[in-house]
Amino acid sequence: MLAMPKPDHQVLSRRGEIVAGLRERVARPDQVIDHVDELRAYETDALTAYRQMPMAVVLPTTTEETSRVLRFCHDQGVKVVARGAGTSLAGGALPLEDAVVIGVSKMNRVLEIDLDNRAAIVQPGVTNIGITQAVEHEGFFYAPDPSSQIACTIAGNVGMNSGGAHCLKYGVTANNLLGIEMVLMNGEVIRLGGRHLDAGGYDILGLMTGSEGMLGVVTEVTVRILHSPEGAKPVLFGFDSNEDAGAAVDAIIGSGIIPVAIEFMDKPAIKVCEAFAHAGYPLDVEALLIVEVEGSKAEIDALLTRIEAIAHDQGAVYVRRAGSTADAAAIWKGRKSAFGAMGRISDYMCMDGTIPTGQLPHVLKRISEICDGYGLGVANIFHAGDGNLHPLILYDVNRPGQLETVEACGADVLKLCVEVGGCLTGEHGVGVEKRDLMPYQFSEIELDQQRRVKSAFDPQWLLNPHKVFPLEDAGAAIEPTRAAAAG
Amino acid sequence: MTDSQLRPTDEAGVVEIVNAARAHSTPLELVGGGSKRTLGRPVQAASTLSLAGLTGITRYKPAELFIAAKAGTPVAEVEAALAEKGQRLPFEPIDYRPLLGTEDTVPTMGGVVACNLSGPARINAGAARDLLIGIRAVNGRGEAIHSGGTVMKNVTGYDLCKIMAGAHGTLGVLTEVTFKVLPQPQSVATLLVFGLGAEEGRDLLSRGLGSPFEVMGAAHLPAAAAARSAVPAVAGAGRSVTALRLEGFAASIAYRREAMRDHLDTDADIEVLDTDTSAVLWREIRDVATLLAPDDRPVWRLSVAPTHGPGVAARITEALPAALLFDWGCGLIWLAPDVPAGSSGAATIRPAVQAVGGHATVIRAGETIRAAEPVFEPQPAPLAALATRIKEAFDPSGLLNPGRMVSGV
Ligand SMILES: Cc1cc2nc3c(=O)[nH]c(=O)nc-3n(C[C@H](O)[C@H](O)[C@H](O)COP(=O)(O)OP(=O)(O)OC[C@H]3O[C@@H](n4cnc5c(N)ncnc54)[C@H](O)[C@@H]3O)c2cc1C
Repeated sequence: MLAMPKPDHQVLSRRGEIVAGLRERVARPDQVIDHVDELRAYETDALTAYRQMPMAVVLPTTTEETSRVLRFCHDQGVKVVARGAGTSLAGGALPLEDAVVIGVSKMNRVLEIDLDNRAAIVQPGVTNIGITQAVEHEGFFYAPDPSSQIACTIAGNVGMNSGGAHCLKYGVTANNLLGIEMVLMNGEVIRLGGRHLDAGGYDILGLMTGSEGMLGVVTEVTVRILHSPEGAKPVLFGFDSNEDAGAAVDAIIGSGIIPVAIEFMDKPAIKVCEAFAHAGYPLDVEALLIVEVEGSKAEIDALLTRIEAIAHDQGAVYVRRAGSTADAAAIWKGRKSAFGAMGRISDYMCMDGTIPTGQLPHVLKRISEICDGYGLGVANIFHAGDGNLHPLILYDVNRPGQLETVEACGADVLKLCVEVGGCLTGEHGVGVEKRDLMPYQFSEIELDQQRRVKSAFDPQWLLNPHKVFPLEDAGAAIEPTRAAAAG
Repeated sequence: MTDSQLRPTDEAGVVEIVNAARAHSTPLELVGGGSKRTLGRPVQAASTLSLAGLTGITRYKPAELFIAAKAGTPVAEVEAALAEKGQRLPFEPIDYRPLLGTEDTVPTMGGVVACNLSGPARINAGAARDLLIGIRAVNGRGEAIHSGGTVMKNVTGYDLCKIMAGAHGTLGVLTEVTFKVLPQPQSVATLLVFGLGAEEGRDLLSRGLGSPFEVMGAAHLPAAAAARSAVPAVAGAGRSVTALRLEGFAASIAYRREAMRDHLDTDADIEVLDTDTSAVLWREIRDVATLLAPDDRPVWRLSVAPTHGPGVAARITEALPAALLFDWGCGLIWLAPDVPAGSSGAATIRPAVQAVGGHATVIRAGETIRAAEPVFEPQPAPLAALATRIKEAFDPSGLLNPGRMVSGV
């Protein structure tokens, strides 16, 4: 179990006063939530094993309110945790008992669609899919497509630099942002970028993306939107071994084709997804690849024919080119419902390491050995084109000790990812979940460099503290002192 | 000007030099190949730290789509290694030598990152910062650090690659950089549309960019710029040329160029350039120098929303005659104003950009101008203060390229 910091009793004892102060800084009293029944909705995110009831939740409706609330908390020495939809799988939005949560749910309007500049300007609480829905009637879309896109917000996507199945071609959130407006912990409002490209000074927009709500609270986002391709079509391949599937991924990319997506599933994942989605996946293969390409009908057919020839050379034993839109949807449905399907049969912990694609077969073999060693089952689903793994390690949350076991097992899997030249997290973020593993990827000097960056934005470490960096000793004021001493 | 040149051959050597600089409080001017030494404010430093001794491609895995090279590795060496495997740096980094008159220098990979270079492909493929997946650097405290790695998807810790890209050596001494790479296209076609005004050109480019055909370059050359091209179809037009580039597999491009022609739906004359001729034209647009002005006027680079490009240019040229060209669908304006010696034109140019939002950078100007005026876009006070705090987080004693981007920082 991860340790949680000890709350500051001095702050907790002023709770009534703090709640009253928050109410003064927003337009309507119901924008501040302090009743325990309502607070419960905010006590965790998608890393549900951990819960921390915050002191209060504030739902600002404007940048000015956000700024006033932050400035107040800053002056009062109160910690703040920014929250989108709370779908973080890493505990990024997990509150603290002595913190105020700032939720973006009341800032959920699309402000402007600017097709001529291929930009959309939205408030932070707009969902990822909400952006695409606002522009699709014009033939446009917002490219990063996390599987959680129906629920997750653009603010959370900025916080985590989220990816999706199609980022092999279109890049992750960072590559699709043009600008943000944010409020620093001290209430200062900063605008970065806009409808133009690149920064006039340091690329602070780039640094903010993936900074897990620790550097500033995002109050407006300008994203790049793209015209949709004429069409898209997946082909499904089955292989007798993970090695063959891995070699096919390398061979496709090596041939100069960059598909829009290459998704991989191993045998346990195939079984569960098929049972749930009835996608027509073959059950007698060891590994499946979904490869999708885009373009006109003729372009798609030409590309798929080449890709099928390559897969055939690499030993594909099953090939199914989507014959219709319904068939394409079925092929994707199995993959897209993987997390939900798995959740029906077992509790699982979703890992998110990235590995060099050349290491695929080796890593899959080692993952299964590691999980065997802990007596746990595992199903592998991942974005194969970019090496971003999502092993789902199965366990039973109600069995005493199993959470500890699965956490230890997950840690070993992530250490393996780092060992082979990859990283701890490809798109879900560090949050609380992986903060204690950071020393496997970074030296203490490197972590201190990152801590000093945090201090440049938030010298008192009030904004989403106790995330990303190892919690050396719970509750101790490691943050400002450490950074200051090092500085 | 500096009096001593330090030339380490590995990262440990860089650490030693920065530590010595720290001990003696003697700032360092960082130089790769020196091709962009006059880009930015002049640096006042006792010593020069040359990275030209840190060379070599350290790892290249074509199937994993990445290449890593020491910071002093010539860009040409990396491009040649990539070309051998049919790959390239997707962001099409500008070669600043012709514009800055540094033809006898060797641009390096560290410089590509430090200046966050890009080219016409920026609109689709991103800039250096978008493809940079790993760095090693020595900060101003003499500490070797890394961020990122060799994998494309990595959100472990803060993305220090991004903040280093475009920091012009003020945050750390880059020692190794890793980029995501992509296949070279099999075929390239450029649609040339003749005789459009800047606003019509922008609208046409916008139609192209808003199509499903994946435009990889969208430039508008006013007649004077077009006349300087080495491509006969462009130079001989005798009027403006608006250019859209398409890249991909041969069959695909054969289809898309016709589909695009239909999609543009214009009465203007259209001509199509093939792969080889396209390469000549887009290299000219990327490197700017030959199209812009044959002389040594100041040169500015303005980034604004594409819809504002023609208006900003018009507002400036009403007061200040200037040679210019547009890239990035008219969001990027290269501008060489006709100003008296000793002036940059900032008094006209900066307000025109600030009125619509964006940024303006003096790319070429004499040392006196670059020392006296802001070279980069001046920032509002809270942002400038934040940038200063970031600088201090990496280089608390102000040893690395002091004053390069902002006076006194
Ligand atoms: C079923 C499922 C599937 C998923 N699939 C994917 C996937 O395919 N790809 C992927 O990348 N992720 C995926 N995720 C993870 C998650 O959806 C993403 O991390 C998402 O971006 C989180 O968005 P959110 O709105 O829920 O943010 P939250 O979880 O509320 O917050 C995420 C982080 O952003 C910060 N934050 C929130 N609002 C702000 C703000 N206004 N300003 C600054 N920081 C802020 C928070 O402090 C926190 O650190 C999945 C999650 C689930 C549950």
